[in-house]
Amino acid sequence: MDFKDYYSTLGVARDATEAEVKKAFRKLARKYHPDVSKEKDAQARMQEVNEAYAVLSDPEKRAAYDQLGQGHRPGQSFRPPPNWDAGFEFSDREFSQTESADFSEFFSELFGRMGVRGGAAGQSRGAFRSRGDDHHAKVVLDLEDAFRGATRQVTLRVPRVDAEGRVVLENRTLNVQIPKGVREGQMIRLAGQGAPGFGEGKPGDLLLEVHFAPHARFHVHGRDVTMKLPVTPWEAGLGAVIPVDVPDGGQLKVRIPEGAQSGQQLRVRGKGIPGDPPGDLRLEIQVVVPPASNPKARALYEAMAREIEFDPRAELGRTT
Amino acid sequence: MTVDTVPAEPLEDACFTVEQLAGACAVNVEWVVRRVEDGVFAVTGSTAIEWRFTSRDLHRARVVRALERDFDAVPELAALVADLLEEVRVLRARVHT
Repeated sequence: MDFKDYYSTLGVARDATEAEVKKAFRKLARKYHPDVSKEKDAQARMQEVNEAYAVLSDPEKRAAYDQLGQGHRPGQSFRPPPNWDAGFEFSDREFSQTESADFSEFFSELFGRMGVRGGAAGQSRGAFRSRGDDHHAKVVLDLEDAFRGATRQVTLRVPRVDAEGRVVLENRTLNVQIPKGVREGQMIRLAGQGAPGFGEGKPGDLLLEVHFAPHARFHVHGRDVTMKLPVTPWEAGLGAVIPVDVPDGGQLKVRIPEGAQSGQQLRVRGKGIPGDPPGDLRLEIQVVVPPASNPKARALYEAMAREIEFDPRAELGRTT
Repeated sequence: MTVDTVPAEPLEDACFTVEQLAGACAVNVEWVVRRVEDGVFAVTGSTAIEWRFTSRDLHRARVVRALERDFDAVPELAALVADLLEEVRVLRARVHT
């Protein structure tokens, strides 16, 4: 296990005041905010920043860390001496148990006992028996999975209490059977798969948040699925029945109305993501103009120019 | 390494009680009650026992809690930022098509 220098993670001096630590944290929290950051490894950096802040913002943890860290350099191999934390009482004020589970091995080795000790002593958590925290994770599916259902492997770091009463983190892999009909943003509950309870308390649940990977052809909103449907000028002008491949793997025959225009949407009821009620499939017409790449095509365009009286710019108030 | 296969239960909208929402976000019930009163979450029902929260509320609660904790944001400001982040997500999804 490598020693972690939390001061350098936050970019503060070892004698930084509480206010300086907070200020540095906020600046980095903004820089690495997962929803807005342009940095590639924003999420991993944010985790490191959270971990450093969880220690340095808590006077007890900071004091223990300072005492332990004397003479250690970052990256240096490190093992805490037995009973190093005698005399300190850690509580978990800012970050939940499941959030702390995403912190490093260094952190869990040092501060991993906090929840259990507090619970067992009946102090910080108030009751000997309490339900474990719910664990959250994201699962990214392909849109096709919503139509057919899917099995996904999810790997979690789960805290477990060992024989000596220490909390250790274990990697646990679950096969999750996701039924068809799930929507973007929907939660899926895996009962009892969250953090362990305290005392006789039940374990928490694992809540998986569903997201779809961006798709080249389809766009999802709720259970509705939208796709662009390229058509020829004659299909749009004359109307046509054309085959369309849909996300459930099947094919539909869709009637294009006479005089269809680019941007116009056709709705096929009930052909979106399955459910009660199922979503709709929306087809956005896109008229694609063939190139005048040979004499015959040129002649046809020239005939249209001569024979069809049409000014698409009439509403702009000027003609060329 | 053993791999357990576990059944998954998709949660319908408006399925979390106030206690479940609080438990899932590692906050206490009073925290949720105060934010409902401040209009951070839109709920129907006159008493906290009748309130039901959606998956979207759960996501929103976690975002608001993190903003309050990380930046000492007042709940209303955290709610405004949560609204904007949601809007950004919707617009980004639209750009991807």
